[in-house]
Amino acid sequence: MFDFVSFIPRAVVQGIPLLFGATGETLTEKSGNLNLGIPGVMYVGAISGVIGAFFYEQSADGALHAFPAIAIPLLCCLLGSLLMGLIYCFLTVSLRANQNVTGLAMATFGVGFGNFFGGSLIRLTGSEVPSIALSATSAYFSKSLPFASDLGWFGTIFLSYGFMAYLAVVLALAASFLLRRTRTGLHLRAVGESPATADAAGISTTRYKYGATCVGSMIAGLGGLYYVMDYASGVWSNNAFGDRGWLAIALVIFTIWRPNVGVLASILFGGLYILYLYIPTGTNLAIKELYKMLPYIVTIIVLIIVSARNQKENQPPESLGLAYFREER
Amino acid sequence: MQLRNISKSFGTVLANDHVWLDIYRGEILALLGENGSGKTTLMNMLSGIYFPDEGQIFVDGKEVVIRSPKDALSLGIGMIHQHFKLVDVFTAVENIVLGLNEPGRLDMAAVSKKVCDICDAYGFEVDPAQKIYNMSVSQKQTVEIVKVLYRGADILILDEPTAVLTPQETDKLFAVLRNMRDAGKAIVIITHKMHEVEDLSDRVAVLRHGQFVGDMITAQTNAAEMTSMMIGHSVTLNIERTEPIDPKPRVEVRDLTVCSVDGVLKLDGVSFTANAGEILGVAGISGCGQKELLEAIAGLQTVEHGSICYVEDGGTRDELVGRDPLSIAAKGVSLSFVPEDRLGMGLVGSMDLTDNMMLRSYRRGRSPFVDRRTPRRLAEAVVSELSVNTPGVNTPVRRLSGGNVQKVLVGREISSDPTVLLTAYAVRGLDINASYTIYELLNRQKERGVAVIYVGEDLDVLLELCDRILVLCGGKVSGIVDGRKTDKRQVGMMMTRLAGDTDA
Repeated sequence: MFDFVSFIPRAVVQGIPLLFGATGETLTEKSGNLNLGIPGVMYVGAISGVIGAFFYEQSADGALHAFPAIAIPLLCCLLGSLLMGLIYCFLTVSLRANQNVTGLAMATFGVGFGNFFGGSLIRLTGSEVPSIALSATSAYFSKSLPFASDLGWFGTIFLSYGFMAYLAVVLALAASFLLRRTRTGLHLRAVGESPATADAAGISTTRYKYGATCVGSMIAGLGGLYYVMDYASGVWSNNAFGDRGWLAIALVIFTIWRPNVGVLASILFGGLYILYLYIPTGTNLAIKELYKMLPYIVTIIVLIIVSARNQKENQPPESLGLAYFREER
Repeated sequence: MQLRNISKSFGTVLANDHVWLDIYRGEILALLGENGSGKTTLMNMLSGIYFPDEGQIFVDGKEVVIRSPKDALSLGIGMIHQHFKLVDVFTAVENIVLGLNEPGRLDMAAVSKKVCDICDAYGFEVDPAQKIYNMSVSQKQTVEIVKVLYRGADILILDEPTAVLTPQETDKLFAVLRNMRDAGKAIVIITHKMHEVEDLSDRVAVLRHGQFVGDMITAQTNAAEMTSMMIGHSVTLNIERTEPIDPKPRVEVRDLTVCSVDGVLKLDGVSFTANAGEILGVAGISGCGQKELLEAIAGLQTVEHGSICYVEDGGTRDELVGRDPLSIAAKGVSLSFVPEDRLGMGLVGSMDLTDNMMLRSYRRGRSPFVDRRTPRRLAEAVVSELSVNTPGVNTPVRRLSGGNVQKVLVGREISSDPTVLLTAYAVRGLDINASYTIYELLNRQKERGVAVIYVGEDLDVLLELCDRILVLCGGKVSGIVDGRKTDKRQVGMMMTRLAGDTDA
């Protein structure tokens, strides 16, 4: 019998980084910016948090306090990913560089940035294994409610996660509310759909594009932080984050640009990603990689269904990937 | 509202030259003028899209400065453009509140109610929850008007609002506009359709070549007087016009009907014959189906019904409807259409002259590699013959000035030895000398026995250059006249559907 009680929490913790990434990327894409640099942004978010946590742990010398132990990595992560978002915006919005090229460059840059500083930190610790363990900080991040384990399967499935998992869900729902119910959301969507119209209506397209992309990057960066601090129990090793950033972009398409759908979809993706562990012979290396393709295949199927139904609401924002220049007609 | 001495120029072109205009509340003013007479430019300055070079604007006696559409709206000036600014996937209400920063929560129900109130007051029909992409053109226009009214505009400017509407929709729109006038709003409607002016407006103001000619109470004037104010007196241009040599039918168009993508009738039962060795002019107010006509002949438009026959010298007839553009081009039908943005059709801006020449010739030859030498020589020939001002044949076309781009385009089309040459607005934006070069080229083609179809804007030129002139009005042929025997006045009347004596 399939063991759901152990499968679902593992699917959820796999899904949370994707949910952060997808929520951030959805906000970004709604402004018409196709930020393919999200994998890089998440890397930078993660390594920035790790750097902050590392130096705090070093200076505190074992005597950590709860608040700074959480706040410092969190702030470093937000700052790092904000910078990535700003670079992307400056290049694509202010200088009107090609979004795809910029995004891909940012993705490569972010991964390299993460590995470089990761490598440096590993050198600093002088450890034998090629990784840094920040278990003290991680303990604060992955702390779940004390009574969670007393509630049987309910506790395991719903309450066994660190606070950032719930933050991800809250952010996704908040983003969904913002997009659908508020004036800001309406304006943001207008900028992504038809910047010329938004411009004519007196909406500053530049401001909305910068805003959405930077906030989106910060949210996505949190996904990287969650991965290191909670999922990986504070262990940073180079390239461990893998292709989760791309999976987050796939998730955006899968949810047809709806962050609230992302809450469940991310768990589905997370589940598909680790399905091989639960299927006999799944530990065979070759088959494992095949199973890891499942989320992408599902995304392609969704794309086919969505484009076959050809409903306007389910299409990407109309000016996605295009720079806006007022005088160009 | 008063405009005083308003001037605006684009580069060297003076679009508005010291215009005086008064707009009163509770009145519908029709702004009348030929293409390019500066109507839209003038109104764009009122709505904050352009900023006047000089002159003053007064609203209710106070001088105002309008720097942006926002400024205009805060003064109660709202403009409805020809191209709607609406987000397709939004509902009507979402589009209407877009960009407004009213305090408080976004309450769609309350907005919908307010929209419905506006609609009831003036007799609009809008479903607030309908998505824009599900709407017809006239519904979209209604949303635009409601959007402006929702923002509290009481001076409304409509730029050729009826261009995209069916007659029934036009009637509906006019009824609404009259309601708004009766409610004390000032309405300006830009148009060049004479019957609309007579039908709707209280007062009419006429612009010609950027200058204000005069205004009149509509009831005290008539269409003939307005037409002559609009087109002014004839100018003698001295374009050489040879007698057609041995004209025989080359293209016969019978009962051609074409609809636009939105389902608007663009050409309605057009029939004519273009002769070899003759220049057939096509006159008409812009958007009366000239573009569709040429595209239909070149095979770029889906034809609803009707036939286009290509007649060979020997008398064999070939149906062109339903053929692909390539095989039509192989017959020797060549289209050089100069669109408003000049580069849109026919030339690729970022490619150089040689490569653009190659767009016509790359299929020739058997080798898997393209032949670059012939197009290069052709490009050089075009440059020297038409005195194209360019640093070299390797310059991207986009870097050339507008007139030079046109020379390249027309030069290339002519060099392909066409039997039918379709040109539209070939001299648009060209200076006198360049224009004469083009006329000269067309005349040479005519002597070679080519059937030239020339769509032009300038009536004086059409009258001097063309052997016969086909006049289009609203997609219908209002007559074909002899270029030697007619005058500007008659053609102008036909363009606005007044006289209709056909002598083809």
